[in-house]
Amino acid sequence: MGKGITRRGRPPARAVAVFCTGVLAAGTLAACGSSGGLKINVYQAPEDNFQSVVDNCNKQANGRYEIVYNKLPRGSDDQRLQMARRLAAGDQSLDVLGLDVTWVPEFAEAGWAEEWTGQHKETASAGVLPAPLKTAEWNGKLYGAPKNTNVQLLWYDDRVTPKPPATWDEMIAQSKQLKAQGKPYQIVFTGAQYEGLVVVYNTLVQSAGGHILSEDGKSVVLDEGAVKALEILKNVTASGITDPSLTTFQEDETRQAFQQGNAAFELNWPFVYPSFAKEKKADLPHFKWAKYPEVNPGDTAKTTIGGIDFAVSTYSQHKPEAFEAALCLRSPENQKFSALKDGVPPTLESIYGDDTPLDPSKPEGSDNPSMGSTYPMRATIVDALKTASLRPLTPAYQSMSTVMSKVLSPPAEIDPRKTADRLRKELNDALESKGVIP
Amino acid sequence: MTQQGPSPAETVVGSTMLQQRGGGHRKAKPALSEGKKAERKLGLLLCAPAAIVMLAVTGWPIIYSVWLSLQRYDLRFPAQQEFVGFDNYAAVLSNGYWWTAFGTTMGLTVVSVAIEFVLGMALALIMHRTIVARGLVRTVALIPYGIVTVVAAFSWYYAWTPKTGYLANLLAPDSALLTEKLPSLLLIVIAEVWKTTPFMALLLMAGLALVPDDLLKAASMDGANAWQRFTKVMVPVMKPAILVALLFRTLDAFRIFDNIFVLTKGAQDTSSVSMQTYNNLVKGLNLGIGSTMAVLIFLTVAIIAFVFIKLFGTAAPGSDEGGKR
Repeated sequence: MGKGITRRGRPPARAVAVFCTGVLAAGTLAACGSSGGLKINVYQAPEDNFQSVVDNCNKQANGRYEIVYNKLPRGSDDQRLQMARRLAAGDQSLDVLGLDVTWVPEFAEAGWAEEWTGQHKETASAGVLPAPLKTAEWNGKLYGAPKNTNVQLLWYDDRVTPKPPATWDEMIAQSKQLKAQGKPYQIVFTGAQYEGLVVVYNTLVQSAGGHILSEDGKSVVLDEGAVKALEILKNVTASGITDPSLTTFQEDETRQAFQQGNAAFELNWPFVYPSFAKEKKADLPHFKWAKYPEVNPGDTAKTTIGGIDFAVSTYSQHKPEAFEAALCLRSPENQKFSALKDGVPPTLESIYGDDTPLDPSKPEGSDNPSMGSTYPMRATIVDALKTASLRPLTPAYQSMSTVMSKVLSPPAEIDPRKTADRLRKELNDALESKGVIP
Repeated sequence: MTQQGPSPAETVVGSTMLQQRGGGHRKAKPALSEGKKAERKLGLLLCAPAAIVMLAVTGWPIIYSVWLSLQRYDLRFPAQQEFVGFDNYAAVLSNGYWWTAFGTTMGLTVVSVAIEFVLGMALALIMHRTIVARGLVRTVALIPYGIVTVVAAFSWYYAWTPKTGYLANLLAPDSALLTEKLPSLLLIVIAEVWKTTPFMALLLMAGLALVPDDLLKAASMDGANAWQRFTKVMVPVMKPAILVALLFRTLDAFRIFDNIFVLTKGAQDTSSVSMQTYNNLVKGLNLGIGSTMAVLIFLTVAIIAFVFIKLFGTAAPGSDEGGKR
């Protein structure tokens, strides 16, 4: 499995782009841009094989327009900043925007994203799993076409724990027991002061049946469930059952910690699977996954989802073409292609059940993967997606997230009641864009 | 050295104003001849474009950011824009994050400028005294200052990255220094000092050039040892140059951004006021709060400059008072 599931993608294979540029210079091939100059600029995070998707769509456009893939920076803050800064200045050269699921309300409220209506809306939402679809909505209107989604799972080694824990309490108890037995025992997750910590906290709050914000996103609630989540976060980080440098762990450090064999449980995105397959081939049969542990026994965990939605800029001068291009870039075929080549889980439920390999004319193999071979955990992913939760929907999410990761860090020093009070106050300020963000 | 009459900076500003206002300023002076008047007028006309451009590119943004700081203005909530008076100032000045950043910035400024001063003085003496390969020594000493700060910051960052960085491997193989507060502040100071000591040395060397050799020789004749010659003769004569160097570096250091941005991104309370302004203004898209912070930084810098000029009598470089004693 050479190419597998990555979070966002790795440095690109530019072969196709280079090929097209070369041909452009020679001026022969239609698919590479005899579109009479109408260019649709797509701004998207780096994804290894996204250029192939763009090329497919250019072929389909048949010369009416040419989609240009403008690669955004690698860091998600920088991606958002580039788009927000340009849109705030009314830049007309952006047409399709690849928005992280947490940015949709912000861009919609600021008047930067065009509403999806009519036929476009129907196509963009047909067959999409409910949770990813909800990330693209704001105030009951659709502002994006869900391109890909993502959800965290619990990863474990079945030689250490034959049966994965179903709840946090069980997991903590098992971890303590393993520690006493001198076996790998740590629970690792994204504990650094950044968005990853907010994702974990959000999952805990939602799974506890709590709320951070009210339904309409206009006021801070932070109820008992949110306090319960703080207790768990404190409990798991302050009882010596996690890695000492958890507070520096982002996704990749978490993955490495588990691969090094100190941890018994890892909470992380599915990109850990292909990495494990590549780096610890011998142990792969024992690398298992399960749904995220529950907070209240019996209440399914509500795992936070990630992903990308395509929006059309209100300043675009070619909106009809931009909508069409966005729809093509996330069409079922292209979502499947991206899922198999770039490891980004699709938003369409039907793709998970699709067993035909990438190239249907050839037999399945390591160079011709299928959903089954790339996503052995696909049933669990769909299961988790169906009960998934969203991060708070509000235009002020960015400030909220900064405040939350700050207040929650380091998790071991949380004092549930006090921290909740502080969160409530600071989130309130952030929500009204009154307060200072750290 | 004693305090003299109007401070030099004031004199400079005053005389510039005088020139600009031309003859109209002092009624007591005898009327100018026709030719002189025409000359003045032409002079003003020739100055006007530059003055207008200056006003447009520096004056307007300052006024605009003051205006923004009096408003609730968040790009994410364009509909809620309104005039709020000094609410933003109250919000920022009553906020713990702001004061933490302010304290960090002040601390970094004082510590790094102090170290830079000592090292810069040593470097200046070396550069001043070098007899062989003078040009080479001076050029080499100035290299760090010639490197773009961000580039230098990245090389420090990679050097301190656990497992791969050579400094991390050499000095602290088992810890991630940039993830702890005090060590990372120390690393930021080191990066700052390494980068700007040459600048300090350059300014101090200009001061050293002002010390007449005769004076040192005379002191030597009177039995002053090297340290006494340095503290009793050189430093007093150099004082104007020293104060200018300190003023420049303090103002610069207070606005520290790039090193922190690259090294820690402001984690573990290592944020400076400039970083925080960036976070609120650019990342948070909150023009009101962000502009308020920008204005506050501007005021602080103005106060620092004021203190240096009024209290310590720093002279603007090149003004009459500087070093003519």
